Amino acid sequence: MDFDPVLLARLQFAFTISFHIIFPSFTIGLSAYIATLHVTALITGRDHYLRIARFWTRIFAVSFGMGVVSGVVLSYEFGTNWSRFSRVAGNIIGPLAGYEVLSAFFLEASFLAILLFGAKRVPRWLHALSAVIVAVGTATSAFWILSANSWMHTPAGYELRNGVAYPLDWWAIVFNPSFPYRFAHMLNASYLTAGFVVLAVAARYLVAGRHVEEARTMLRMAIGLLAILAPLQILIGDQHGLNTLEHQPTKVAAMEAHWDGSKPGDFHIFAWPDAKAETNHFEISIPHGSSLILTHQWNGLFPGLKDVPPGDRPPLVSVFFAFRIMIAIGFFMAAAALFGAFLWWRERLFETRWYLLTMAQTWWLGFVAVLSGWIVTESGRQPWIVQGILRTADATSPVLGHFVAVTLVLFVIVYAIVFSFGIYFINRLLAKGIESAADEPSTPTLGGALAAAGKHGEMLP
Amino acid sequence: MTALESYLPLIWAGIIGSAVALYVILDGFDLGIGLLFPFAEDEPERNQMMASIAPFWDGNETWLVMGGVGLLVAFPLAYAIVMPAFYLPVIVMLLALVFRGVAFEFREIGHNKALWNVAFAGGSTLAGFCQGLILGGMIQGIKVENDAYAGGSFDWATPFALMCGFGILSGYALLGATWLTMKTSGPVADRARSHAIWLLYAVLAFMAAVSLWTPAAFPQIRERWFSMPNILYLWPVPLLTALTAFVAWNGLRKGRETVPFVATIVLFLLGFVGLVISSFPYLVPPSLTIWQTAAAPGSQRFMLIGTLILLPLILSYTAYVYWLFRGKIAPGQSYH
Repeated sequence: MDFDPVLLARLQFAFTISFHIIFPSFTIGLSAYIATLHVTALITGRDHYLRIARFWTRIFAVSFGMGVVSGVVLSYEFGTNWSRFSRVAGNIIGPLAGYEVLSAFFLEASFLAILLFGAKRVPRWLHALSAVIVAVGTATSAFWILSANSWMHTPAGYELRNGVAYPLDWWAIVFNPSFPYRFAHMLNASYLTAGFVVLAVAARYLVAGRHVEEARTMLRMAIGLLAILAPLQILIGDQHGLNTLEHQPTKVAAMEAHWDGSKPGDFHIFAWPDAKAETNHFEISIPHGSSLILTHQWNGLFPGLKDVPPGDRPPLVSVFFAFRIMIAIGFFMAAAALFGAFLWWRERLFETRWYLLTMAQTWWLGFVAVLSGWIVTESGRQPWIVQGILRTADATSPVLGHFVAVTLVLFVIVYAIVFSFGIYFINRLLAKGIESAADEPSTPTLGGALAAAGKHGEMLP
Repeated sequence: MTALESYLPLIWAGIIGSAVALYVILDGFDLGIGLLFPFAEDEPERNQMMASIAPFWDGNETWLVMGGVGLLVAFPLAYAIVMPAFYLPVIVMLLALVFRGVAFEFREIGHNKALWNVAFAGGSTLAGFCQGLILGGMIQGIKVENDAYAGGSFDWATPFALMCGFGILSGYALLGATWLTMKTSGPVADRARSHAIWLLYAVLAFMAAVSLWTPAAFPQIRERWFSMPNILYLWPVPLLTALTAFVAWNGLRKGRETVPFVATIVLFLLGFVGLVISSFPYLVPPSLTIWQTAAAPGSQRFMLIGTLILLPLILSYTAYVYWLFRGKIAPGQSYH
């Protein structure tokens, strides 16, 4: 049997990074929510917020753990599977990843320990501050990794010598042309993802008549945030799209399945793009829709797929459909959040059962939208790994195909096990619910025994 | 090339070397807890062992990311050669770390603790063993042609590398056992102390074996240690090692709580110094030096600025977390 190492390396990376991104998309947003709850509890002095924070912190811990272990894998995969990429782009990507580790990973790890285990050992304000620092850490991590990723789409501030990229201007590298848009889009996506999970869980509890007081708070906080961020995401996405049109027009042509750049583009609600025949089948389209969105003119022109040779075109089906899934979810999110805000204004939010029942089923929306968005942008960059500098086919390691196949199978097995249990455990935590005010920790904690511990006070080296 | 530029690779080698040493010591003791897991009597004992490292393991493992990313930052060529050379051990190590990493939370929530006990113990053992294989493979040297890995998929699989694998396991178990001696009380601490004595013997045997095997098998290492005048400068290294081993042994026998752990750390550091002496200035032995594999000076300088600002911060809040969770874990206690 013949193994294509490039295809296998791509499959492996796609699998491991898709698995990984699920967790950060959730934990970046959730950590911000937990921090907000802690700060609110500190200001209002109400334990109510603290109980909600503790509940989400347990779920955060499970998700964050899976994010950490799947993230460690990625930091080595650049070398094991993409060594030629590391060689060509290492001078640029390396420091950006390095700043992520130094400014975010250590911060998150240390202050998460205080958040999880330190409640009885540190003053309240420091516990709340730890929650804030964890949230800032996750967002900082997103800043650097999206800068590195954006540079692969819109490289800037470098020169090529003997095929290797050398830095010229770090400001231009970090703030490369697509970075501000991608960062805003992804950060907002994380807040939306976590927001919809909180919304769904709150709706689920309200429908079941459980934790009514806490669930109402969660629902109000979620709707309040989402009613602003979900419509905002449509605007950011639009701007990001225009930026992509400027720098990666072929990607936009694939997203729109737009073949002929000499004609205005229709927006295809549905189509089956056929790369061989260079046309679409079964089109259902809004005439001139894409031209209007992208150029704001009825007869506006933008490049088509036929403007580049077939070897320079990205895969069409995945980019085209993932884009539509993302957009559909985006508009649904905005509509659902705005309608929730309307109900809140009419003071019917907690009584409109069909709305709560529907929202209780929406926890997965953000995850699917994030994954779809990444498929659009990453597949849309193909056949390049670094746009215009290095082709994906030239970026792999000198490792035999069947070893990549073996490790791919191992990754799938291990991640399937870990993921299933993770989801199962998160569901158990959700089913278990929020501790009531009367609950006291049943096991003796070190916090209570702090004085005793201090007595045989062994300091660590 | 300015004077600073020629020193940059040296500075970076120092930073990454320190990160790797910190990783081996810090994650070493919590991987070691995994190795000692099967010897616990019952579930409460395992809870106690786990509780002693729960606030620390995530931060400890971050040094592994720092080591990997640091190599990519400062020596991208070395990164691009070393990772494919140890393809299978690296990936198996990462998968093993996945299992043991999730075990911390899953074991806490799940009903079926046995499954996550196995995941934790098995994952820790496999990860440590793979790290030993990689260490052994680095000492043996890596075949390089045209700035790329040119060896086979199993070049690392030699008796020497296998021995290094077991050597690292004994070392991690010793770190874990002396950590438990220091950080727990009751039967767990007592058992750890008696294990530690035997593990110390094993570690010394492996250190002796590596010290004899490497000069015998690798001429450049023999040259480095036993030629004049090097031998005059280097003889304190084995002497200090022997002294430290005695301090650890004596501390364990007299029931001291902190001394054995500190002495074990010093033992690890001396072993690390020995390896650096054997291979310097090669980063990809036997062909590429730290200067040949260095990143663009602009990249090393840009990253150095951030490192000089952020690393002291990282070390301070890491130290704060260790201080915050000081004291012993008694049977039945947890931080939750």
